[in-house]
Amino acid sequence: MGIFNFTLTELPRETDALRRDVRDFLRDTLGTRAAHRQARSWGGFDPEFSRKLGARGWIGMTWPKRYGGQDRTFLERYVVLEELLAAGAPVSAHWVADRQSGPQLLRFGTEEQRQRFLPRIARGELHFAIGMSEPDSGSDLASIRTRAVRADGGYRVNGTKVWTSNAHRCHHMIALFRTSVVPDKKHEGLSQFLVDLKSPGISIRPIIDLAGSHHFNEVVFQDTFVPDADRVGGEGEGWKQVTTELAFERSGPERYLSSLALLKELVGEQGRRPTERGMVALGRLVAHLATLRQMSLSVAGMLQAGENPNLEAALVKDVGTGFEQEIPEVVHALLDIEPTIDTGSELEMTLGYLVQRVPSFSLRGGTREVLRGIIARGLGLR
Amino acid sequence: MTGLRALLGDTVTRLFGDLVTKELIESAEKGTWPEALWRALEEGGLTLPLLPEAQGGAGGTWQDAHVVVRAAGRHAAPVPLAETIVASWLLARAGLEVPFGPLTVAPVRENDHLQLVRAGDDWRLRGSAGRVPWGGAAHHVVALGDADGRTMVALIARGSAAVAADRNLALEPRDTLTFDDAPVVAAAPAAGVGADAVMLYGALVRTAQIAGALERVLQQSVRYAIDRRQFGRPIGNFQAIQHQLAVLSGHAAAAGIAAERAFAAADAGDPAFEIASAKVRAGEAAGIGASIAHQVHGAIGFTYEHSLHFSTRRLWSWRAEFGSESRWAGDLGRRVAARGPDALWTDLTGR
Repeated sequence: MGIFNFTLTELPRETDALRRDVRDFLRDTLGTRAAHRQARSWGGFDPEFSRKLGARGWIGMTWPKRYGGQDRTFLERYVVLEELLAAGAPVSAHWVADRQSGPQLLRFGTEEQRQRFLPRIARGELHFAIGMSEPDSGSDLASIRTRAVRADGGYRVNGTKVWTSNAHRCHHMIALFRTSVVPDKKHEGLSQFLVDLKSPGISIRPIIDLAGSHHFNEVVFQDTFVPDADRVGGEGEGWKQVTTELAFERSGPERYLSSLALLKELVGEQGRRPTERGMVALGRLVAHLATLRQMSLSVAGMLQAGENPNLEAALVKDVGTGFEQEIPEVVHALLDIEPTIDTGSELEMTLGYLVQRVPSFSLRGGTREVLRGIIARGLGLR
Repeated sequence: MTGLRALLGDTVTRLFGDLVTKELIESAEKGTWPEALWRALEEGGLTLPLLPEAQGGAGGTWQDAHVVVRAAGRHAAPVPLAETIVASWLLARAGLEVPFGPLTVAPVRENDHLQLVRAGDDWRLRGSAGRVPWGGAAHHVVALGDADGRTMVALIARGSAAVAADRNLALEPRDTLTFDDAPVVAAAPAAGVGADAVMLYGALVRTAQIAGALERVLQQSVRYAIDRRQFGRPIGNFQAIQHQLAVLSGHAAAAGIAAERAFAAADAGDPAFEIASAKVRAGEAAGIGASIAHQVHGAIGFTYEHSLHFSTRRLWSWRAEFGSESRWAGDLGRRVAARGPDALWTDLTGR
């Protein structure tokens, strides 16, 4: 049957040594951290950690050596990523650059752009943000209105981007702007740009999330100049490029591990106060975890084989985020505890953090509804 | 994929495609043994994928067998092919000769136990085993019996047990076999085959059957959503239907890879974790998948005339056979809890 193609992918034995190296590095660098700290993995913005990781060659590791990469395989990269996430390492300073911006420059950037940015990204020194959503354009990304209008030697940009994670701490953004308006053809006339966030005419304002944290921003462009040399890919090629970017964004292990810290806490609780009901619920979650890892590995295997696992990546993300969101539900169903912010047991604080965090898991990088639309297209329904 | 696996896959898919018709399944549901189908499978060398070629098998691995079992599930083939594969593997492990004809295994329930007792140089089998697949139709039963604290593999010919016929939701035979000091054709211990081997490997083959059946119901549901028009357009145009089918796809994909992984683990040895995971995951997928398939098909899918139920009734039964989700999830939970929180990830990645 040819609807989707998840083939079993075994990690080569050689990756065992790499995995041990990553674990040793994480233990030496981060020490032992409480579960509720580990749960903040994506929220942890730690430039020093990112630089240390880069020094080990674990950022941009599949990129060619001439761009500061290590020419490693996608499966080796997979091992590093899953170890970082399983440990709840603070990855967000280099995360976007490693998994989206860098690969995008490698695919569509000029030689000059690659030379200029990739080595510094790989060293963990350059942090990137994503400029896609706008106040009136979320899932309907092609409806964006921020304009980049031709000017002498480049473009003048006017408009607003939102939900820009860490824009206030990043150096650059790869942004999608409208370079021309083609009536009734909203997917045309879009282009991608490298934007230096220190450029004149950019103001960055915080958007506080429901738990009171600042990671989102609104980024406003007022006559901001972007030179020709900083356009990524051809003018009008933006839509094709951005859909490729998002397809790769979905393909990693980060789409099922976000609540692992809470699952580990549940394991501990079942060890201390075992109940049969708890064992059954825990075992079920473990079966899901093990299966999602195989699905995710299979996507990495397809990337390694040079295939385009667009449908499979969307499936992993849809199933994986559902799993991440279900773990707090299972904990609620099993245990008579309250979610807390900064008091109570480790289990309660981890639960408290994740309960307020999990709604975003099926929003970020494409909502569940968008993903299911992609899956439906893969099934031949659209 | 190896050459053998591709060959087995092509052969079995063509054979089932030709022979497992709606009429054949309906006739099997009325109690007719599909002799022509079984003979074609045996002649095609598909019933003993794991046996060495010298013993009439295909000389394959569990991963090769997976292709055959999955196809049997996809086509709702009403024969004990999966059971024969497990039974013949047990006999081979014990160094016993594998007879011709359909085989089954016993006991298939947690609390059924059989004893092997000495009768001179021979063994006799004692005890009762419920819900044995094709217990009355199989030419031989391969039973795990306790012989003074040691698990042995025993071969019993048809006619040696009293048979009380029963069936599962898909009207596949699930008979109670009572062995009243029944004669044993041959018995021997087998390295690596513990008292739970029938439950474990029975669960393994059910995961592949479930994965196959889910592929079929997904295919049927997508086809139906494209063909069926309401409100002037194919129902598959509606987001409500698209999203349901996307959810079904996720479960079908999860069951498929979980099953495949479990078969790979069976080749590697020590597959208890992977089999338990696969049975739990596939079982859940079976329930949700069948539910969505029926919702998409509407009333026509609820009729006997439509073929959807050949798959969904199997899914409903198979998920509970050789241990339910709660049984295997409990095993997994206890195993993980005993190892502690820090071992969860290292154990998972170390396998």
